[in-house]
Amino acid sequence: MSATSTISPAVLDVEKIRKDFPILSTMVHGKPLVYLDNAATSQKPLSVIKAIEHYYTHENSNIHRGVHFLSQRATEAYEVSRKKVAKFINAPHDYECLFVKGTTDGINLVAYSYGKQFVKEGDTIIISAMEHHSNIVPWQILCEDRKANLKVIPINEKGELKMDEYKKMLAEDKNVKLVSVCWISNSLGTINPVKEIIALAHEKGIPVMLDAAQAVQHIVVDVQDLDVDFLTFSGHKLYGPTGSGILYGKEKWLNAMPPYQGGGDMIKHVTFEKTTYNELPFKFEAGTPNIEAGICISAGIDYLNGLGIEVVAQYEHELLEYVTAKLLEIPGLRIIGTADQKTSVVSFFVDGTHPSDIGILLDKMGIAVRTGHHCTQPLMEIFGIPGTVRASLAFCNTKQEMDQLVEGVKRAVSMLL
Amino acid sequence: MTINEIQDELIDEFQMFTDWMEKYEYIIQMGKDLPLISEQYKQDDNLIRGCQSRVWLHADYKDGKVLFTADSDAIITKGLVSMVVRVLSDHTPSEIAGAELYFVDKIGLREHLSVTRSNGLLSMIKQMKLYAVALQSQEK
Repeated sequence: MSATSTISPAVLDVEKIRKDFPILSTMVHGKPLVYLDNAATSQKPLSVIKAIEHYYTHENSNIHRGVHFLSQRATEAYEVSRKKVAKFINAPHDYECLFVKGTTDGINLVAYSYGKQFVKEGDTIIISAMEHHSNIVPWQILCEDRKANLKVIPINEKGELKMDEYKKMLAEDKNVKLVSVCWISNSLGTINPVKEIIALAHEKGIPVMLDAAQAVQHIVVDVQDLDVDFLTFSGHKLYGPTGSGILYGKEKWLNAMPPYQGGGDMIKHVTFEKTTYNELPFKFEAGTPNIEAGICISAGIDYLNGLGIEVVAQYEHELLEYVTAKLLEIPGLRIIGTADQKTSVVSFFVDGTHPSDIGILLDKMGIAVRTGHHCTQPLMEIFGIPGTVRASLAFCNTKQEMDQLVEGVKRAVSMLL
Repeated sequence: MTINEIQDELIDEFQMFTDWMEKYEYIIQMGKDLPLISEQYKQDDNLIRGCQSRVWLHADYKDGKVLFTADSDAIITKGLVSMVVRVLSDHTPSEIAGAELYFVDKIGLREHLSVTRSNGLLSMIKQMKLYAVALQSQEK
């Protein structure tokens, strides 16, 4: 797709879609908002906002523990939502989908519980060089605690994993206990070859965890096709509420792992001598959860399904190609992350400028981008830059907004240099 | 000039700008104009880390007054930093410790002191006050 070709309007009626997102009509410093920070959090369609309101107006009650009408209604809504999520990622069983606070919570749960059961001194956990801090620090904590090793799959200059190095790690280290990588990089947009990563690990009997925080909103997820052992994502990046997230885990692992937290809902029987734990998924869901978020995460999924994720992915890809080509016309601008397989994120650095300066000036033009290291400091060090300006796109963005971004960057650079 | 007189002077300077663009062009100019810190002080010991940009701060104490020099890797932050240095530098520790910095708000740059901006400016002001308080207690 060349930069000059038009984006097929028949694919998505973006102008109509934008009306579903009330916040997109916000004025920022007197200019219409151009929201290009979708990878940090997505905006919410009216259907999700209404679902939240509906919950508090008609369903609010504690779940799994009341015999009364409202409690049963709330429990029903919560469990129906779990079923929808399971269907969305094609999980074999809905009880393999645990409600968590978000991706960070999902990774911490696995690091703690899987780690407690399966990781010993001298063992190895493999992550990659493009991980978010959320997929680094929980493993560092575990490895420090267990005197285990954390190994990092390196990347090439395009921001792609060096698969040969990964294969070498698997061949040389007999003590690898888990591989945990992102499906899509939040700062580079690289789509990792996760199916191959999983298959290679499984040849050695090693389970794989995927951080799918940047994937679920852009790609069809089928956990059975991937044969992935753990997969986690956040609802707030999937057009749903904050505080919602899912950890999918294969039944065999979840059953073998100890609970993450103790409290209500996760027990079968408690005495002061001994507690027996509840079955899946409740074993991992201690205490009153974020009920509203759990119920409304599926409202976001419904919205996305209504558009069709394949259609969305195609449109977002076209936008990405368009804006990338336009940005590259700016002298001194480097795209950070030029993987062959990319989606929805364009990170860049302009020689002689600091990303934060460009971000501040873009904000004054009504354009919301993320600047900085994007919680991937080690990655920025590899590229030898303090950070990038990151525009992350979604289906509710328009080609016109891409033009505004490019013009905005040009204007900012002319002020700064 | 007292700290407040310098603040008022800055507020005056900014009053002639009608839109954000001119305001930021001025801040950028101030950032470009001032080579603020000598290279020997641009080390990790003097580094104040923000999430977005880095700020280096060095304090000298001479004849009862604190002299600040500072720098940043981001030009807008550097401009903001130069304003704070202009306001606080060359005053006594007790004047600095007791200063209320109202000019940032008056100029309409309060967002730069917010936690989300994390550009090191807020931490820098805290650090300047800490230096002043420490020197103040030494004096006593």
